[in-house]
Amino acid sequence: MNAEAVLKKAEAWRLSSRLFTHIKEKAIESLLLFAALTSVAITVGIVGVLVYESVGFFRHVSLWEFVTDRQWTPLFSEPHYGILPLISGTLVTTAVALGVAVPMGSLIAIYLSEYASRGVREAIKPALELLSAVPTVVYGYFALLFVTPALQKLWPALPGFNMLSAGLVIGIMIVPYVSSVSEDAMRAVPVHLREGAFALGATRMQTALRVVFPSALSGITAAYVLGISRAIGETMVVAIAAGMQPTLTWNPLEPAATMTAYIVQVSLGDLPHGSVGYQTIFATGLTLLVMTLVFNIAGHVLKKRYRHVY
Amino acid sequence: MSTDRERIRQRVIQRRRRDRLFAFAGLAVMVVASLVLLSLIGQLVYEGMGRVSWQFLTSYPSRFASQAGILSAWIGTILVMLLTALTAIPLGLGAAIYLEEYAPKNWMTDLIEINITNLAGVPSIVYGLMALGLLVYEFHLGQSFLTAGLTLAMLILPMVIIATREALRAVPPQIREAAFALGATKWQTVRDHVVPYSMGGILTGMILALSRAVGETAPLITVGALSFIAFLPHPPLTVEFPFLSTQWLFDAFTVMPIQMFNWVSRPQEEFHTNAAAAGVILLVMTLAMNGLAITVRARYRRRIHW
Repeated sequence: MNAEAVLKKAEAWRLSSRLFTHIKEKAIESLLLFAALTSVAITVGIVGVLVYESVGFFRHVSLWEFVTDRQWTPLFSEPHYGILPLISGTLVTTAVALGVAVPMGSLIAIYLSEYASRGVREAIKPALELLSAVPTVVYGYFALLFVTPALQKLWPALPGFNMLSAGLVIGIMIVPYVSSVSEDAMRAVPVHLREGAFALGATRMQTALRVVFPSALSGITAAYVLGISRAIGETMVVAIAAGMQPTLTWNPLEPAATMTAYIVQVSLGDLPHGSVGYQTIFATGLTLLVMTLVFNIAGHVLKKRYRHVY
Repeated sequence: MSTDRERIRQRVIQRRRRDRLFAFAGLAVMVVASLVLLSLIGQLVYEGMGRVSWQFLTSYPSRFASQAGILSAWIGTILVMLLTALTAIPLGLGAAIYLEEYAPKNWMTDLIEINITNLAGVPSIVYGLMALGLLVYEFHLGQSFLTAGLTLAMLILPMVIIATREALRAVPPQIREAAFALGATKWQTVRDHVVPYSMGGILTGMILALSRAVGETAPLITVGALSFIAFLPHPPLTVEFPFLSTQWLFDAFTVMPIQMFNWVSRPQEEFHTNAAAAGVILLVMTLAMNGLAITVRARYRRRIHW
């Protein structure tokens, strides 16, 4: 073999190995793209299933009845299909939860971001993360067996299942979400704004409430919205502690079912696939999804409106 | 003149006092929140600890509270988690690597990103409904381990992707540029440099996502978890060739949170004690995973200095 042939061979080998590398790179890239697209497939699956089954449901029940009837008794011999009782249950528990989580979460966030030393913050943050690690079914146990009996000592007339204790426990549960997102938002406010306030003689509290908090409002709004959609979608606490009877009431001391609790209740039973009863949980699920979506979009809009550019 | 000064001084003192009061309120709220939670957990441990025993861990559920146990539940939890991890980790890692390292700036990338953000906000029970309609009835997987594992995998996928992307983003671009300058291909750069350097963050995210899946109850109730399972699934390992069996994938399943939910929702006191005991074990599981995540994060953080 002369030198030229060897060179040619080497060149050919180099080219083919390059081609091979190129093909391999492309194949890997397509695989990774495939993985990324599965998330889109999940969304398509969720929307597809919910819409498909809901269409079946609305063939039996008019949309008008669904949004105006004041009773939700799909499994009775004389069925009523009004979603309002489930929505009122969801809104009441969410409102109670926010009543706990918003003030507590905001105060904790302000304290951690404006007052706490580095050491305290480093110790508290992982502890707050641990709070959110407690499974929701355990929170449900707390609500039913610890919080309700405790509240009954204050109001002996309080029923064993009620929305108040479920809402209170959900509130405690979402405090870490609210506080950690708001704290991040407040810490992102540039130091020179604080320094300006201090230079004008403001106390830390005035700086925190009148300078930092308004500047971070977009992020804090996002934290509240995150809390709201968590509370709306929360299932186990309400299924365990708030009772399962759909009741149209705005009184948190009463038992009532939320949308999520209704889905759980039906799933525990044995409804035949394809029946109207089976389809009700998908119509409920679709309503739930739309509600959380509305809140998420509202959050984005608010965030944009209050965005400050530094 | 002096009265003005006096007034100002008064006001400064008052504001300082208010400031301290406010700081105290923040601290107090934090302490109260932690105390409430600690006391709840303490009470759970107090109620349940007496019931935690070898018998409790090795018995099937029963009509008699004192004979009931969580054998099928904890084995179920481990098997479901195995399936969830095997599905969600490769998919999540792949998706995150694509979005961080490969994705061009176009409408498809935007679509995927918006989609992942929105998926993270979908209530978990909605995933259960989707799995019920799609996996159970459309794909005929039944109310099985496979369905449960896939459901939870879909649920935690956005979490895994978001955490992994954050970890990948923390690797400075100079690392990639250096690899490219030495002639490495994109995949070689990712495999040999970017992923190993961000391993701490990736592992932390995955453990946290899995610990979330361990406690997840609602979507599994929707796909039809049974709470009274007095048998174990077919063993995944067999004595005959090929030593692996897939039969267990299609067995009926239960998991720890479902078992606990079943016991909580019964009226009898004795079952509530069982629920507390199951809750203690569930808490130990999730807190241990979280502790592990925190340790992993701290360890990797110490090792890498850019």
